[in-house]
Amino acid sequence: MGQITLQDVQKSFGPVHIIKGADLDVADGSFVVFVGPSGCGKTTLLRLIAGLEDVSGGKILIDGKNVVDTPPAKRGLSMVFQSYALYPHMSVRGNIGFGLKMAGLAKDEINRKVEAAAATLNLTPYLDRKPRELSGGQRQRVAIGRAIVREPKAFLFDEPLSNLDAALRVQMRIEVTRLQKQLGTTAIYVTHDQVEAMTMADKIVVLNGGKIEQYGSPLELYERPANLFVAGFIGSPKMNFVTGELAKQQGATTIGVRPEHLRIERDGAGGWQGTIAVAEHLGSDTFLYVDAGPLGMLTARYIGELSLHAGDRVSLMPEPARIHRFDQSGNAVRG
Amino acid sequence: MARMATTQRVVVSTIGAWFFGFLIFFPILWMVLASFKTELEAFAIPPSFLFFHWTTENYATVQERSDYLHHAVNSIIIAGGSTLIALLIAIPAAWSMAFSPTKRTKDILLWMLSTKMMPPVGVLVPIYLIYKSFGLLDSRMGLVFILCLGNLPIVIWMLFTYFKEIPRDILEAARMDGATIGRELVYVLTPMAIPGLASTMLLNLILAWNEAFWTLNLSTSSAAPLTVFIASYSSPEGLFWAKLSAASTLAIAPILVLGWFSQKQLVRGLTFGAVK
Ligand SMILES: Nc1ncnc2c1ncn2[C@@H]1O[C@H](COP(=O)(O)OP(=O)(O)O)[C@@H](O)[C@H]1O
Ligand SMILES: [Mg+2]
Repeated sequence: MGQITLQDVQKSFGPVHIIKGADLDVADGSFVVFVGPSGCGKTTLLRLIAGLEDVSGGKILIDGKNVVDTPPAKRGLSMVFQSYALYPHMSVRGNIGFGLKMAGLAKDEINRKVEAAAATLNLTPYLDRKPRELSGGQRQRVAIGRAIVREPKAFLFDEPLSNLDAALRVQMRIEVTRLQKQLGTTAIYVTHDQVEAMTMADKIVVLNGGKIEQYGSPLELYERPANLFVAGFIGSPKMNFVTGELAKQQGATTIGVRPEHLRIERDGAGGWQGTIAVAEHLGSDTFLYVDAGPLGMLTARYIGELSLHAGDRVSLMPEPARIHRFDQSGNAVRG
Repeated sequence: MARMATTQRVVVSTIGAWFFGFLIFFPILWMVLASFKTELEAFAIPPSFLFFHWTTENYATVQERSDYLHHAVNSIIIAGGSTLIALLIAIPAAWSMAFSPTKRTKDILLWMLSTKMMPPVGVLVPIYLIYKSFGLLDSRMGLVFILCLGNLPIVIWMLFTYFKEIPRDILEAARMDGATIGRELVYVLTPMAIPGLASTMLLNLILAWNEAFWTLNLSTSSAAPLTVFIASYSSPEGLFWAKLSAASTLAIAPILVLGWFSQKQLVRGLTFGAVK
């Protein structure tokens, strides 16, 4: 079991309030991603759950038991650090088995478990190497091996893939997701990359300035962002925002339309008109950056190739059902 | 083309390195050579490099005139003792500054280093008088004490830099893995700190072994280390180059051998902080 509940969790470093009251329910076996811009408190929140920092207020429940006064090792969680944090003087075997050794398991039992974990992660040939003799991806896998071998209630990941190159990152992303599903262990995963969040998560927590902006499944966040921040943060390219008279007509202060929800018409008469400033042709997609005069720069996305070029006039027609409306304080207007 | 340029550069820099290495080593080589010359040949101009009458009589004379072993033992006790005590004080000091720094930590470190900026001769008279009243003149304890204090700032600085390099993440990983403070110390921290401790110890041993100002001023005979032994050959009766060289060769031999066998540690120690 690994059900984690946060109740009004607060954290201050001296006078600085970093986590401003977080409430969250992480269901057993689910994959939850904390996403948000750098410095918003993702790592801090994860470390509070791990027990590496003490809360300034609130409760953290693991399987219903408040653990705020429990030391990290006794919480039954394991953590994968951004820097991997492998023990440099120990072999891969020693690294993966260290937690078991500390728990006082018998030697042959440790060996059996370490070898099983290594086999899952394709690390068997490297068991007797030192971390410095491994590539970045292999080190990453050792760090994950160290986490899974203890059969924890939950895994905590702090930007584990951010030190890998782009291709390896995509591969490891899939591996981590598959491994988590296969083990069925609860996972909390921190990243600043919204693509990672969208692809890996069962549920996403969007953090900003120490506050939870929204908690929901990837598609919920995409289709019904609770506020301007989430609307702008989730989705790539970013949602277009328009203020002023056009928004007022819709009963909102700001309206937002995603680039993929703008229909592109050559020399059209209706819609939002402008001149293409830059056109990006990827083959699979065409991205247009359109200077729409008083509306500002708008981004439009077309699936497939569209033969338009810089300087061409276009009109962009927002799909009426896909227009997001936000009030003065930035919250979504529903209905 | 690119490969040729690289080879050329390797050759040039290798020659350069050997040249400068030889340049730096030359005084020592010259000293060793001079120690095998007669006093007359040691003075000769132009000097003879290898083709002179080799003799070991200087070593015999030095051995006869003064008690090398007595001085060597003093050197070992003074250098070893001051290093050991300095480490005992510096380890906890550097530890706490590296792992639980406060706002003032940087100031304290700078203040400690600033004590090394004052020339020691500035405090010679007060220290001499204090030593005299406490009966510490010409005592091994007195020399251990002053050398220990003198090198302490450097030892603390070095250890601080090493401890700072130990990533906190690793200590936290050990905590997550269920290691108690004691086991964290035994299984994780100590193995990671040993290279740093070893090079600090070596460097301090060498510094203490070669320290001449305090040892010459605060000791005369019974506590006198090898520095005093060397100095005794450049005094009243005039300069005896060959014998002085023989004495110096004998004096630096132990530390040279130690340095030779611990080159790797030492290089790391001397470039501390430079390689991340
Ligand atoms: N130990 C600490 N002492 C003081 N401030 C801290 C400490 N740890 C983190 N912070 C501050 O808390 C904020 C959030 O940090 P962090 O949780 O690391 O952000 P994220 O992981 O989202 O990038 C940052 O402004 C950071 O400077
Ligand atoms: Mg972070």
